[in-house]
Amino acid sequence: MVVDNVPNEDEHVNRLFHALSDATRRDILHRSAEGGLSVSRLAEDYPMSFAAVQKHVAVLERAGLVSKERRGREQLVRTEPDAVRRARAALDRIEDLWRGRVDRMSLILDEELGA
Amino acid sequence: MSVTSVDKDFENRTLTMTCDFPVSVERTWELWADPRQLERWWGPPTYPATVEKHELTPGGDVTYFMTGPEGDRHHGWWRITAVEGPTSLEFLDGFGEEPGEAGGMPTVTMRVEISGHGDGARMVLRSTFESAEAMEKMVEMGMDEGMTAALGQIDDLLDA
Repeated sequence: MVVDNVPNEDEHVNRLFHALSDATRRDILHRSAEGGLSVSRLAEDYPMSFAAVQKHVAVLERAGLVSKERRGREQLVRTEPDAVRRARAALDRIEDLWRGRVDRMSLILDEELGA
Repeated sequence: MSVTSVDKDFENRTLTMTCDFPVSVERTWELWADPRQLERWWGPPTYPATVEKHELTPGGDVTYFMTGPEGDRHHGWWRITAVEGPTSLEFLDGFGEEPGEAGGMPTVTMRVEISGHGDGARMVLRSTFESAEAMEKMVEMGMDEGMTAALGQIDDLLDA
């Protein structure tokens, strides 16, 4: 059990979880995974202002989940697959800890029931 | 499969797991209330737990250590905040030898609720992490039970 503390890691993780806590931002992540989409193209599909979508993209960018790339007059948004995978892995591992415990509880009960 | 649903709430840093067992509420409660049974499921097979103190009363403590493959010991504790056997238990779950002393380690508030469900019992486990940082530390600390396998499974987070 080694606590492997990388500097600034804690702040990074806070931003990551905050970024993923919103449905619009998760949707933006999905759509940007296919390839770069401009902020204005993304904004067309949400019932909110361009500025609001731009803010969501900024939150995702600070969390390291997307990057922006200037292409002419447009900014293309691209999902950063490593960051997304890392957040998933964190939650999967926590879930797995409890799944393991519940499985062992079941085994104890099954033994008694003669299953 | 005993686990019937899992909910991950990023905003509230909470993992909620619902499980159904084909036994009574009282029998399910014994998994928590009997230290010898608790020892059989708390730690993974490679890190079996030994319970030293087991006071299921408000303000009481449960202390244990897990023994690793090389005889290494890892201490942990619960500080009980609420208990109403056989249906509910709430405690602060932390690491270290001194109950209530987090010492920079992550603590989690655990809420256990057991109720009758059909012919059996339903147990709802709610883990609330004090901060996103605590969540991540928990992960970094290992608790390696088949975790690599889980990494391949994509949860429905991004489909939500």
